[in-house]
This record gives sequence, structure tokens and C-alpha cells, in this order.
Amino acid sequence: MSIETTHSHDESHDDHHDHAPSGFLDRWLFTTNHKDIGTLYLVFSLLMFFIGGSMAMIIRAELFMPGLQLVEPDFFNQMTTMHALIMVFGAVMPAWVGFANWMIPMMIGAPDMALPRMNNWSFWILPFAFTMLLSTLFMDSGGPAAGWTLYPPLSLQGGQSFAFVVFAVHMMGISSIMGSINVIATILNMRAPGMTLLKMPLFVWTWLITAFLLIAVMPVLAGAVTMLLTDHFFGTSFFNAAGGGDPVMFQHIFWFFGHPEVYIMILPAFGVVSEIIPTFARKPLFGYTAMVYATASIAFLSFIVWAHHMFTVGMPLTGELFFMYATMLIAVPTGVKVFNWVSTMWRGSMTFETPMLFAIGFVVLFTIGGLSGLMLAIAAVDLQYHDTYFVVAHFHYVLVPGAVFALMAGTYYWLPKWTGHMYSEKWGKIHFWVSTISVNILFFPQHYLGLAGMPRRIPDYSTQFADFNMISSIGGFIFGASQLIFVGVIVHCVYKSRKAATAQVWEGARGLEWTLSSPPPYHSFNTPPPINASTVAHADEAH
Amino acid sequence: MAHHADDSYYVPHGTKWPIIGSLGMITLMASAAFWVNGSVTAPWTFLVGAMILIYMMFGWFGEVIRESEAGMYNAQVDTSFRMGMMWFIFSEVMFFACFFGVLFYVRNFSVPWLGGEGTGAFTNEILWQGYDAVWPTGGPAEVGGPFQTIPAFGIPFLNTLILLTSGFTVTMAHHALKKDQRGKLVTWLLATVILGFVFVYYQAYEYIHAYQDLGLTLGSGIYGSTFFMLTGFHGMHVTLGAIMLLVIAIRCMRGHFSPKHHFGFEAVAWYWHFVDVVWLGLFIFVYVY
Repeated sequence: MSIETTHSHDESHDDHHDHAPSGFLDRWLFTTNHKDIGTLYLVFSLLMFFIGGSMAMIIRAELFMPGLQLVEPDFFNQMTTMHALIMVFGAVMPAWVGFANWMIPMMIGAPDMALPRMNNWSFWILPFAFTMLLSTLFMDSGGPAAGWTLYPPLSLQGGQSFAFVVFAVHMMGISSIMGSINVIATILNMRAPGMTLLKMPLFVWTWLITAFLLIAVMPVLAGAVTMLLTDHFFGTSFFNAAGGGDPVMFQHIFWFFGHPEVYIMILPAFGVVSEIIPTFARKPLFGYTAMVYATASIAFLSFIVWAHHMFTVGMPLTGELFFMYATMLIAVPTGVKVFNWVSTMWRGSMTFETPMLFAIGFVVLFTIGGLSGLMLAIAAVDLQYHDTYFVVAHFHYVLVPGAVFALMAGTYYWLPKWTGHMYSEKWGKIHFWVSTISVNILFFPQHYLGLAGMPRRIPDYSTQFADFNMISSIGGFIFGASQLIFVGVIVHCVYKSRKAATAQVWEGARGLEWTLSSPPPYHSFNTPPPINASTVAHADEAH
Repeated sequence: MAHHADDSYYVPHGTKWPIIGSLGMITLMASAAFWVNGSVTAPWTFLVGAMILIYMMFGWFGEVIRESEAGMYNAQVDTSFRMGMMWFIFSEVMFFACFFGVLFYVRNFSVPWLGGEGTGAFTNEILWQGYDAVWPTGGPAEVGGPFQTIPAFGIPFLNTLILLTSGFTVTMAHHALKKDQRGKLVTWLLATVILGFVFVYYQAYEYIHAYQDLGLTLGSGIYGSTFFMLTGFHGMHVTLGAIMLLVIAIRCMRGHFSPKHHFGFEAVAWYWHFVDVVWLGLFIFVYVY
């Protein structure tokens, strides 16, 4: 079908201008446009990615050798705490909201997000929240140092920074809830006629479920940190056994939030990978409906597995058993997904452009993280693994070559659509290979360190851990430096690249976003596009 | 500007309100953090933040109301607003679920464990010998001193009746609005507002009674913590809901809304029913049991 006819502009509407406003403040500060807000989210998260990443560099530099060389132990703890808070709430989550903003309206045939003004607010809370969070590093007490999990009683001893962290978390929560409400309202209310739920691209599906998870658990985190605040300043006894409370209760509440939270970071990654693999395998996604149900199952299970983070803190035996078996169940829907991705590639006409490389890297390396997760799910052996570097290796495998690789895959996949230019395939591939090799040098040895008994969140270690730590740190420095290539490729694509992108960009790409020009018009679809076999991304008639 | 509600979705132009809201929010939040850390100027900057937020709400809601009254929102926009409110209320449900979860956890697990039940035998024997776990409790160390509780079938029961009645009156107002009977609408709405504020008055009276006569404070161990946190957040929501109802009543007096289009009214009514239902949970699990 012709690309030009799909976005016919309705000239009668004064409020639908086709071009971005010219003034800088009008364009970025007051914007109600889903693409501009998406760009703001993505640029913000990239900035946070580097701030959080530089903290990781400090951590790895201190761990390069045994003994204390660079930083004080308390500052080391501030670095691990802030690194996690920034990467979780400042880098990965806003990046996914950025993708949601850019892609969901284009993928379902809508002009914009359902609530465009609130969309602006959900973003513009974040820079303030993170300014407040980062400012704690310059306070007399230093930043928070009790870990991102903020367990009491340690977190209650945090000095001046404590209250600022609590209120910063409140602001991030408000931002996330508003963003998620917008995503749900957009998906449920803004689909073009004919775009039934089971015709939606999988990225849209995964975000619908992610948004539900966010609305369900962010208020619980808000409640948890509020109780920390009142325990610290207003004399309540929620986490104080002398008053009848229980510090372990905080862990239950935190992880009731925290476990869905890890799926909040990975479900949109599943969506992106499910978009990319069919494109470059030139085959329809294998088991589309199964993928939808698997995502929903994972989301459901995420609510009943939280205490596997707490096997060692004291829990009745029945609790240990329940949470162990429920956790292992998650391997079933996740296995369905990995099977379907591999089956999609099976006998496909595959090409290996950068997005596909990152997607395949995701499938392989995320699976490693998933399998180490299964090991950790076994309560009996978790007693040995708990709070060791094995856990660090596990969750970094699912978050870095998992969620972050999917973010990079999605960036390379849609960057030509967003900018109208092709990025440098050569440098994209260099970025992929350097990242993939270095990320494994960085995190794989940490499995061995953990199994040998090295604890996490400690700036110094016994000399038998020296070699693997040095290898890990070298991998870390290479991985950190290689991300500068990523920035270089993006900047080049946006400002310098002369190679224009076609509307479809990729030969095998399917779905509504590819029917729009590259770059797409300012308001994606002013009139609903026709939904038919050629515009649906995955449903059977698409191929 | 053309004012019309046809098939096109209303995508507003740029708006200054969100960034003003963010400035208000950071002023408020940072001031709160300085305040609890002992700053003497922070209460004033806190007030400034609150004023900015209130200004933002007047401006933002005002703009939306003007657009709505001008007929710029079609049925699809209306559905977006409805979904926004529904999911916002769901997030509030989860916020209260967190504190109800705390109540159930301490009553079923942590307090009995401190008393020696189940795996808590050694905790009791070694750390809190002689502690007998009965609810209500200020904990084994009786943090905050001895206290008495508020009997369910006094003011709390009266407040239950008040809130249930207010749920009835707001529904009557809705029926009046649907029949376009303005006088009845405003009367029923104002009755709801008054019932809401009477509830808050009794709640405040009860708090003063608890602090002055019963020795029951926020610091009275886990009972005081859960009691004041649950009823306090609920009371804040009732106050907010009553203010929202008042705004809607004023808008009704100014002739806003039509028998077919009155999402603002319905959103506030939903919210009111939500605080009503939360109160029933509170009455049963905080006061009666």
C-alpha cells in the first residue's frame, strides 16, 4: 500500500498542527506531543545511564584489587545504592516509557497518547526527582548507603539524605503511575477501528501488562517508604520489634513491589525482541497468542513470588516451599517465550543487522540470567547463594544483556524511523560485538566469585577472589567505554547521517509504524488507518 | 479556535501547567525533607510549594473545564478521562492495600511471633520474656506507654452511618443531574459535602480524645502506628474528596454539566464511593475486630 495516503491530514482541525512548535520552551517544556515527550524520556534515561554507569565504574575500580585504594567504605556503599536507584528508576524505566511514548500511538494507529498534558507532567517530574536524589551525594551525611532496597533498621540510620531519598522515590512513583495510566488509557481507548486486542503488536501488549503492574505496585512502594519516614521521624513502630512491628515486614512489602518491578523492566524488552526477530527472520512471530498469554502469566506470577528474595531472613517452612515452587513456575511461561523466539528464527531468511544482533544477544544472555534465577529459586541452595556475587551476576545478566540490550536493539531498530536517517551499520556492529564480549567478561566471572563465597556490597575482599575481580573490572571498563560508541552512533544518525531511511526501513518489517514516513508526521495518525493484513504486525493474516 | 466535538481526538497545544506543577512539587517535597531534618524556614517554603500546586490545579482544571464546556471533547476523549480516573482510583486502592496488609501481617504474624507462637518461641524466651501477645498492643516494650482504644460502637459507628448516608446523597444528586433538576442536584450535593465535613470533624474530635484522654498516639507501638496511619490517610482522602465535591457543587450552581455530559461529577462520585468503601474496611478491621 502507498505510504503517502495513510496519513492524510485533516486540515479542518486547528489543534492538529503538522509541525513542531518553533520555540525551544514551547517544543520541549510545554509539549504535549508523544514523540517529543518520548525523546525527552529517552535522552533523560541515556543521561542517567551514564551517571549510574560512572558509579558502576567507581565500584569496579575499587574492586579491581583487594584492599581499599580509591574510596571509603561508606562512599562505596553510597555508590552501590545510588547506582541501583538511578539505573532502575532513572535509566531503564524511563527508557521504556520513552519507547512507549514514541511507538504505542504509531503502532495502534492513534494521533497521540490519550492524555497528552498529563504525559508532559509524568516526564517533567523526573528531572526534579533525580536532581533531589543526586543532591544527597553533596550533603554532609553523603547519599543513601543502605542499598536500593532501603531495608530498615540500616536505612533509618541514614542521616540527612534519608528524607530526601524518600521524597524522591515518592516523586518517581507519581511519575510512573501517571505514565502508566496514560499508557493503559491509550492502548484501551485509542486503537484504530479494527485493531482488536489480539492484533496489537507484542510491544504494545507487553506495555499494557507492564503498565498494570506499575499501577499495582508503585503505590505499595510509596506506602513502604512512607512507613520508613514515619518510623524515623514520627515515632511509629512499623519496623521496630520493641513496638510490636517487624523489620522483616518491610522486606515483604518492599519485595511485593520489587518483584513485579523486575518484570516491569523486562516485559517491554520481551515486546521489543518479539518485534525485531520476526522482521530479520522474515517470518511471522511463532505463537503470537501464546506470547500474549505467557506475558500475562508472568505478570500474574510476579505477584506471588516476592519472598524468594528473603529465603534467609526467617520464614515459616510452608512459606519457603510456596515461594520456591511458585518462583520455579515462572520458568514455564518464560520458556515458552524463548522457545517461540528460537522457533521464529528457525528456517527463517535471517540477516544480522545491528538490531537483530542485539535481539539474539538478548535471547542467549537473558536465558543465562534466567537459568541462574532458577538456581536461586531453590530455597535450600539459596541459603548459600544469598547476598553473594552470584546474585549480582544473576540480576545483571537479566538487566544488562537483558533489558539494556533490548533497549539498544529497539533504539537501532526504530532510530531510522524516528530520525529519517540510517545509522552507521558498521559502528552499530562494532558497538554490539564490543558490548557483548565485554559484558560477559564483566559479569560471567561474578558467578564464580559468588559460588566461592564473595559477598556483595563489600569494598574489600579476601585475596583468593583477586583474579576474577580483576577480570570482571577490566570487562566493566571496556563495557563502560564501549557505550560511548552507542552515543556516537546516535549523534551521528541524528545530526550527520546523509543516508535517508525509507518508510519501511527494514525489508521484513511489518506493522502500522512502518506505513508512516520516516520521520513520521508530528501527529502520527490524524485519521485512523485501515487495519488489514498488510498493516497488522503479527496476527496470522499478516504474513 | 474552532470549538467542535466531531470525530477528531482533541490533542491540546502546549501547556505550561505541568512544569508549574513540577516546580510546586519539588518545592513541596524538598521543603518537607528539610522540614523533618529540622529546618526552621522549610515550613514556609513548604507552604509556597503547596500554593504553587494549588495555583496549578486551578489553572489546569480551569483550562480543561473551559474546553469541556466549549464542547471540544468528543466521546473518545471522555472515555480517556474515565479510564484515567478509574486507574488512578485503582492505584489508591493499592496504596491502602499496603497499609491493610501491614495490619494483617502484624496481627497474624509478627505480634504472635513476638509472643512465642510458632518459630517465635526463642524470640519470646530470650528477647521478650513474659510478653503476652494480645491485640491491641504497644509491643513487647510497650513503646509509647499504656493506652486505651476507641470503642467501635461510638463515634466510629456514627461516622460509618454518616459516610454511608453520604454515599446515598451523592447518588441522589446524580439522579437529579440526570433528570436535569438543578435545585435538587445542588441540595443533595451540598448535603454530601456537609456529611463529609461532619465526618472529618468527628474524626478530628476522636483524635484529640485519643491523644488527650486515652494515651493513644502515633507512637503507641504498632497499634498506634497502624491505627493513625490507616485512619489518617483515610481522613485525608475524605477531606480531599469533600473539597472535590464542593468544587463540583459550585460548578453545578454555575450551570456546568448536562444530563448526558458530566464526567467531572462522576469522577468525584466514584472517588467518594471509594473512600466510603475504604472506611467500611477500616471500621471492620481497625475498630470492630
